[in-house]
Amino acid sequence: MRINPRFIDSLMKLSLNIQAFFTVGVLVVIVAIILIKGIGNINLEFIFSFPEDMGRHGGIYPTIIGTIMLAILSIIFATPLGVGTAIFLTEYTKESMLTKIIRFGVESLAGIPSILYGLFGFIFFVIKLKMGWSILSGVLTITIMILPTIIRTSEEAIKAVPKNVRIVSFSLGATKWETVTKVVLPSAAPGILTGIMLSIGRVVGETAAVIFTMGSSLRLPTSIMDSGRTMAVHFYILAREGISMEKAYATALILVFSILLINIVAYYIMNRVISKYS
Amino acid sequence: MNERASIKEGVVKTVLTTFALSSLLFLFLIFIFILIEGSPLFLKVGLKNIILGSKWAPTKGSFGIFPMIISSFLVTFGALIIGAPLGLSCAIYLSEYSGKRLKMILKPALELLAGIPSVVYGFLGVIYIVPLVRDHLGGSGFSLISTSIILAIMILPTIISISFDSIMSVPKTYREGSYAMGATKWQTIYKIVVPSARSGILASFILGMGRAIGETMAVIMIAGNALKIPMSITDPLRTLTGNIALELAYATGDHRLGLFSTGIVLLVIIMALNYIANFGIKRRS
Repeated sequence: MRINPRFIDSLMKLSLNIQAFFTVGVLVVIVAIILIKGIGNINLEFIFSFPEDMGRHGGIYPTIIGTIMLAILSIIFATPLGVGTAIFLTEYTKESMLTKIIRFGVESLAGIPSILYGLFGFIFFVIKLKMGWSILSGVLTITIMILPTIIRTSEEAIKAVPKNVRIVSFSLGATKWETVTKVVLPSAAPGILTGIMLSIGRVVGETAAVIFTMGSSLRLPTSIMDSGRTMAVHFYILAREGISMEKAYATALILVFSILLINIVAYYIMNRVISKYS
Repeated sequence: MNERASIKEGVVKTVLTTFALSSLLFLFLIFIFILIEGSPLFLKVGLKNIILGSKWAPTKGSFGIFPMIISSFLVTFGALIIGAPLGLSCAIYLSEYSGKRLKMILKPALELLAGIPSVVYGFLGVIYIVPLVRDHLGGSGFSLISTSIILAIMILPTIISISFDSIMSVPKTYREGSYAMGATKWQTIYKIVVPSARSGILASFILGMGRAIGETMAVIMIAGNALKIPMSITDPLRTLTGNIALELAYATGDHRLGLFSTGIVLLVIIMALNYIANFGIKRRS
């Protein structure tokens, strides 16, 4: 017997509907669990006080500071490098063997899993360059890790700036660099900012590359040569060693919601750019 | 253009070139340092004894990582079996069925799944999936199946977003031609749209594999980390990434070199997967 194609059509439509909403449901459930289990243990004291007894009591203040230091310093290193690379690839060369090789390098860096960044950072920065487990080792490792994201998003943003803008600028007698800094970059800025925000989100959630380079000291870092612990590493240790479930959920809540907030801001900026150009 | 301006342009170009080459330098450094640390052990113990050896006892001179290679592939395929159909369905739903407004909400929501840190997935896996597997399938719950489920959720955003882009890039005229022949919507999707987007969809699966095989923290929390090849879906296992992460903090001497050897094997697998995926994406465009 031949089954009516219209029947199959509506059956498949139903099945796709269910699967799509199941997937979104997973996200909602994950966020809801973290919110419900964590919210009761969060207060200002949790955010601004020091952990006691390995994190069993007290707050997570030093890990927040550690996370912020790692994120800001990595961005400070990675942004000029990444945006510079993007400018070079889009404005200063034609497609050639060199750009192909550089793009291959960037793609390859993007594909390397974070544990291998941790392995490399550990042997190179921590051991060979004798930086020890320190914020500096962590920052340098993470800088390399987020570089591909910043290069790609900056390149897309710069490419989206209309060609006419450059032609007008050249015809007014501006040099290439003047055109790039005064005309192209300001137009591309929101797109570049999206890449930076997404990178910050990735740094805040990273564990494998951080734990073997920055270490996991719970003291408040006072210099970049001190070891420090990020929120993600703290959460991992709380959960894996079963130190405290309440504190683990509370830390997860702050961790997940700060990342979601950062990513939502990134998408908001990106959408504004898209609607501006289309 | 006066002389000073042209000198400035020259300096700018040199600096930008240096910046652009830095990515290559970093890639080179990562390869060299992992190779330098890991390869002496290949010479000392023998490539075959490491890659095909079944016993990992690094303090006693056994560096076999064969069970970990197999385990890494098993969890990755497990994740793909669960994640690939689900991810492709979502991509099809988003591109062919959902309205514009729904798309505006669903797509970012799915991409936000990618932002949740892997340690959080691992933790929720331990709390919710592990007991579920223990109660219904037996074993300790720290197992191949638990790890595959969590990895499947983690690779969904990659599969959905790349498949979606490739399905969206199928020209509208293909669909219209199919409808004009009297095909239903599903027939059009099944026979025209998906085959046209084939290489991009495959690339999304391979990139998802790359992400699953490289995942570390979530895996060590739920895989059980046992040092043998799992014989059933409820057996515990240890992956290549897990081996590095579990022992790096305290390993010394040859033991540490063994972890770098593990890193070399992982790096080779990842580079091969990325190469295949890029080839797929490039061929499409």
